Amino acid sequence: MSALWRARGIPLSWLLLTRQPVRLLVALAGISFAGILMFMQLGFRDGLFDASVTVHKLFDADLVLMSPRTMSSISMAGFPRRRLVQAMADADVEGITPVHWNFLLWRNPETRATRSILALGFEPVDPLFTDPALAQKVQVLSQRGRVLFDERSRPEFGPVADWYRQGRTVESEVGGKRVRVAGLVSLGPSFGADGNLITSSETFLSLLPNTPPGSIELGLIRLRPGADPAAAASRLQATLPQDVKVYTKAGFVEFEKNYWRTSTSIGFIFTLGAGMGFVVGCVIVYQILYSDVSDHLPEYATLMAMGYKLTSLLGVVAREGLLLAVLGYLPAYATGQGLYLMIRNATQLPVAMDTPRALTVFTMILVMCMGSATLAMRRLADADPAEIF
Amino acid sequence: MAIQVRDLNHWYGSGSTRRQVLQGVDLAVAAGEVVLLTGPSGCGKTTLLTLVGALRQVQEGQVRVLGQELAHSSRDRRQQLRRSIGMIFQGHNLLRCLTAEQNVQMGADLLPGLGYRARRDQAREWLRSVGLGDELNKLPHDLSGGQKQRVAIARALAAQPRLLLADEPTAALDSRTGREVVELLQRLAQNQGCAVLMVTHDPRILDIADRLLRMEDGRIVEAN
Repeated sequence: MSALWRARGIPLSWLLLTRQPVRLLVALAGISFAGILMFMQLGFRDGLFDASVTVHKLFDADLVLMSPRTMSSISMAGFPRRRLVQAMADADVEGITPVHWNFLLWRNPETRATRSILALGFEPVDPLFTDPALAQKVQVLSQRGRVLFDERSRPEFGPVADWYRQGRTVESEVGGKRVRVAGLVSLGPSFGADGNLITSSETFLSLLPNTPPGSIELGLIRLRPGADPAAAASRLQATLPQDVKVYTKAGFVEFEKNYWRTSTSIGFIFTLGAGMGFVVGCVIVYQILYSDVSDHLPEYATLMAMGYKLTSLLGVVAREGLLLAVLGYLPAYATGQGLYLMIRNATQLPVAMDTPRALTVFTMILVMCMGSATLAMRRLADADPAEIF
Repeated sequence: MAIQVRDLNHWYGSGSTRRQVLQGVDLAVAAGEVVLLTGPSGCGKTTLLTLVGALRQVQEGQVRVLGQELAHSSRDRRQQLRRSIGMIFQGHNLLRCLTAEQNVQMGADLLPGLGYRARRDQAREWLRSVGLGDELNKLPHDLSGGQKQRVAIARALAAQPRLLLADEPTAALDSRTGREVVELLQRLAQNQGCAVLMVTHDPRILDIADRLLRMEDGRIVEAN
């Protein structure tokens, strides 16, 4: 502590920056802008990837069976339901839920326009989602022709949720058949699906009569507590025939995200956008620090003539970079939070400030400022104390 | 001896443009002595000052400053030695972003082993002794030319140098202020037992010197 006290000196970096408030503001505006750009681009990217698995994450499952022909949630292929029953033979498997998964045409009850909606069909007695509130609601599905509508579906599907809450009987047409909305659930739209509805297997099959008998798209498997999902998955994969693939729940989520990551240009576009923000920020900070060092060159030379080490002057520039990074990051973070809120409200996309992204952007800004400071330091080599006499 | 220079030669440029600016300079300044150096411009005064001040690499000859040989000295040795040499420039060369007190403290900060508060108190003490006790928190921008030069003196002396080098410290000042500043400089330096080597064109301040030297064409031509 006393060593620190002895080392304390004039906060030169801070004073160099703050005694030129206009230049400081320009620098901070530039850094914040770069930070906000990075927050936006990375937020959109992660949000879109997360949005592709909003429903996936809700399933009450430790393992998931899918057809090997399934490439993503927008092109689910069927597999024999028997495979799921066979999985019950494993000692660790405690329960199963066969799930139908397909896209159907929903008619907007207000405008009569049709739009593709994701429909999940399952036996109402089986658990589907981990959320216990849902277990109550699914009771009503035992009646034929009843569906649960996702209240967070996009507004193009009609004011279904509003009408339902007002107590009106909401009926619409799905796949050419009349259905009645018997409740609301809150799932959220995803990349592939603008809206969701849940129904019983029986209703589902009546809406899609061409579904081959005994064929399902998704098999949820619950393991007994304490069982190792990875081990169970590889064991099942070995025993079951080749017409199914076994995923852990995390693997199932990752499989879907990976499809959007690798089979679309979304990841590339948004990462490139974030990269642009980084480059713009670098240019701004470098300009500011370089002209700052240039303007103060005679003063740096004076300090060297007084006996200050070159390294301690380099430290001054480095601390300027560090200060700019911290001061520029804070408004970027705050603005990012606000914009994320706006995006969530406008698009229903699950975009939120998470720690890894906050750290990523801070690291980028830090690299940006320290890299620029390092480049600006080269100018200090021009400070020749012999020239100031 | 504060300064001992023997047979010092120095050149600028290279090849056909090479020009000799110092030709066999001999010079000795005792501790606590005040020596003034005059001469026409371009005669090598400032070059001599930068060599003695360890700001430039010695090319040929011997330069001993405060007991250290500067010929063939490393960059770090010279930087270390500069901490014991106070310098006052033609322009004040204060840091624009620092107040008077902070500028002086940049000098005091070079002293080893002193706490922050002790160094700050020293800075204030020095500013009081140059008559600026009421201007502690003013920026250089708000000070007059004479005041700025006095801050520069306080800054140089705050590092407790044993040798003070000054290059035309009165050049930017009117005659009365110039006289005041130089008298102050002489008095404070003598209180500290600090040797002074001052380059000047100003005929009105020559009487403060213990010794007067004149330089012409790279040589010290007369010493009285």
